[in-house]
Amino acid sequence: VDVLVIGAGMVGAACAYYCAAAGLRVGVVDRGAVASGTTSGGEGNILVSDKEPGAELDLALLSGRLWAELGELGGFELDTKGGVVVARTADALAGLDTLIGRQRACGVDVTRVGAAGLAELEPRLTRDVAGGAYYPQDMQVQPMLAAAELLRHARRLGATVHTGTEVVGFRWDKGVVRTSRGELNAEWVVNAAGTWGGEVAALAGAPVPVLPRRGFILVTEPLPASVVRHKVYTADYVANVASDDAGLETSVVVEGTRAGTVLIGASRERVGFDRTVSLPVLRTLAAQAVGLFPFLADVSVLRSYVGFRPYCPDHLPVIGPDPRVPGLVHACGHEGAGIGLAAATGHLVAQALTGARPDVDLRPFRPDRFEVAA
Amino acid sequence: MTTFSFGDKEITAEPGQSIGAALIAAGHRAWRTTRLGGAPRGVFCGIGVCFDCLVLVNGRPNQRACLTEVHDGDEVRPQEGTGHEC
Repeated sequence: VDVLVIGAGMVGAACAYYCAAAGLRVGVVDRGAVASGTTSGGEGNILVSDKEPGAELDLALLSGRLWAELGELGGFELDTKGGVVVARTADALAGLDTLIGRQRACGVDVTRVGAAGLAELEPRLTRDVAGGAYYPQDMQVQPMLAAAELLRHARRLGATVHTGTEVVGFRWDKGVVRTSRGELNAEWVVNAAGTWGGEVAALAGAPVPVLPRRGFILVTEPLPASVVRHKVYTADYVANVASDDAGLETSVVVEGTRAGTVLIGASRERVGFDRTVSLPVLRTLAAQAVGLFPFLADVSVLRSYVGFRPYCPDHLPVIGPDPRVPGLVHACGHEGAGIGLAAATGHLVAQALTGARPDVDLRPFRPDRFEVAA
Repeated sequence: MTTFSFGDKEITAEPGQSIGAALIAAGHRAWRTTRLGGAPRGVFCGIGVCFDCLVLVNGRPNQRACLTEVHDGDEVRPQEGTGHEC
């Protein structure tokens, strides 16, 4: 093949889809099943609202436009529901106002709303609010379905997908990727291994510091569709996403799904790949959700799940060809924004591999930026 | 013996029995309809995993009949959809 994508999650699926659509011959390998790693542990956020101005916001704005196009393919519950950010205190609102102004200057569509406006957007929201903001560009998707659908379309364009196939080594001089099921030939290799992107990069001889940040999500019993209408979160979520604190951080994110269940996130902890359920974290998430939506106090939680968000020290993803290893391209390290940023990432990888001028400057995402100057 | 109501019927159960077991013993096989298709559902896994056997118990929806112990005087009702709409 021209391009071998390692990872059949959301980012790998988007890379495969855009590369196949660009006329490249594409193969995809995953040691597990489609969307069985990083992708299945998240919520399906496609957000611009939680991004500070900068390279990641530029990527998110491009990705939002591309997701809207991909939505025409159908089959993965793309919901252009919009986001609502709630400031509970005057301080939080002042911070939100500053952020809104800076985001607006970068092309984010955002409307400042008062307490009455919030009540209109989300009738079941607590009335104990200072104000908030409405972001119509925020979207939601069912991430496992989206990965599967994009891979299906990639296959229709000639791509091959090999699940249960683990990459065990590279022979760059021969253009050979060694897997648990034999050797594959590829001109380019795309590292879309999500939280395990650091391991693949190390195996490829071009390390990138991708590390896991653990997050729990609660799933409620199915509720009528109208109870939570947007993606609703508190203003401190943005500060937590950008935080470098290793300890537990929780900031409530509440959203309905097509199935009727309501998802409650989002916690962040740096505890390696430990999957042990933490009851204190689940309790904190539940209490914060009830604080935002008091009616949830009488709603049952069916289950919780855990995922790992692949983060780099500077909280930016790693995207593009690696100058250290010709033939290696990275598409990983998107932290909690990998679903949202997947479309732009796949599109930019396809542009890089076909020699097209990238729609977004790739320099902030370059793979060798973590190397200490000799 | 324990008695509980199921819709407009009175059902007797052994003390300590689950609502699901008592309903099956009384000849019921389906007591819920799915949210989207309105298809009938009853006990499937019987161990609390599949959430197919949902009933309203004393007004509270989405209770798993297979895990919920019946109590004397309980008011059990079949569930339609999410159980939150009615």
